[in-house]
Amino acid sequence: MCLAIPGKVVEIVDPENHLAKVEVGGVKRNINISLLDAVEEGCYVLIHAGFALSKIDEREAEETLRLLQEMDSYEEEFDQYRSSLD
Amino acid sequence: MKFIDEYRQSDLAHKLAEEIARLTDQPLKLMEVCGGHTHTIFKYGIEDLLPPNIEMIHGPGCPVCVIPLGRVDDSISIAFQPNIIFTTFGDMMRVPGSKTNLLNAKAAGADVRMIYSPLDALKIAKKNPDRHVVFLALGFETTAPSTAMTVLQATKDRVENFSVFCNHIMIVPALLGLLDSPDLKLDGFLGPGHVSTVIGTRPYEFVAKEYGKPLVVSGFEPLDVLQSVHKIVKQIIEGRAEVENQYGRAVARDGNPKALRAIFEVFEARDYFEWRGLGSIARSGMKLNRKYAAFDAELKFAVPGLRIADPKACQCGEILKGVKKPWECKVFGTACTPETPIGSCMVSSEGACAAYYNFGRLSKVAERSGMNSAVARG
Ligand code: SF4
Repeated sequence: MCLAIPGKVVEIVDPENHLAKVEVGGVKRNINISLLDAVEEGCYVLIHAGFALSKIDEREAEETLRLLQEMDSYEEEFDQYRSSLD
Repeated sequence: MKFIDEYRQSDLAHKLAEEIARLTDQPLKLMEVCGGHTHTIFKYGIEDLLPPNIEMIHGPGCPVCVIPLGRVDDSISIAFQPNIIFTTFGDMMRVPGSKTNLLNAKAAGADVRMIYSPLDALKIAKKNPDRHVVFLALGFETTAPSTAMTVLQATKDRVENFSVFCNHIMIVPALLGLLDSPDLKLDGFLGPGHVSTVIGTRPYEFVAKEYGKPLVVSGFEPLDVLQSVHKIVKQIIEGRAEVENQYGRAVARDGNPKALRAIFEVFEARDYFEWRGLGSIARSGMKLNRKYAAFDAELKFAVPGLRIADPKACQCGEILKGVKKPWECKVFGTACTPETPIGSCMVSSEGACAAYYNFGRLSKVAERSGMNSAVARG
């Protein structure tokens, strides 16, 4: 029950009451965004128990993936390097 | 879905697992503290991917699994008091108390309702001014801000027929309890990701500094978990113990200041809180502070408040500490299943027993326990 899921903010419904419409897997629901600063349409947030808990940092997300992929290519090179030995 | 699919690429997962295997063949025990990680590990068969020298120990980070019997009994007793609407999260409905659970209480006539957010409970209170709505609040620092914000909202809207039965718990005292437990031998920790969106990564620094264990805060997709294991193993073979953040896309070092402020405004630590399986842990639970006493269900209702021992057959305590595996419990999969749970680790899909039962690799269970696979799950 501790899971939070990523959703896309599709509309700021009621700025005064900090409500935004967030879409998760095609399903939209109003989510309270008062725990975050500067939530805009189009950004991704992690939601839990009706509240957005954090904004997903796209740059960081790409960085994580880049590191993973880099390791992948490093490994190919390593394999080539290793097989070149015999 | 964005931010999900790209962290599920199986070719990368296999590569990562190979890379981990290449790092060391030294036997290592790593604990994933959080039930969300337990779920990922089973759902995607990560134990099968990892080299055999790496053993994942499933920790106590499932708030439903650690709520003690006595608190469930107290909840049921509140739910049966006159004129009450009792609300809580779906996961809580089947958690066994000493005699029954909330689902049965509902069938027996108590007005128990499942909600998605504590704000929904407040809405129900506003719609039913002649009844009193109680919200059974539970969860770690992930969930506590939503309860706190709801109490603040109720204060602002002057709602008088709403109160909270607070069972929120804190992750750091639980970690301390584990680290100080003598029967526990761990080489590193996969740190909980969603709790950390709120508290940040700073509060874990003592794990590295004082206990010399690496801790990597991790996301919840299979590649997140594998990359975190890779980072932990790398620290170990390089002789480092640090707190690292694999889940940088959602977790900042200082967490979410607004969420923390809400927690500190509304709650204070209890001297002690009882955890199922782990016993009483100092300053590990939250209660509403004096300022918000008007919303404290514990002050409004006489609850039995009994301490009730866990069922004898149930090994949840050993399992939560990682000393035993679910399949070592005699009633696992026979008397105890997700439909008829005896212990709380079988209730939530994040509990270790339920995860083994739902996704468990039977071959692995059989091979490790020396049983033949037909016996493993009847
Ligand atoms: S199988 Fe059931 S009884 Fe056994 S430890 Fe797990 S939850 Fe407890």
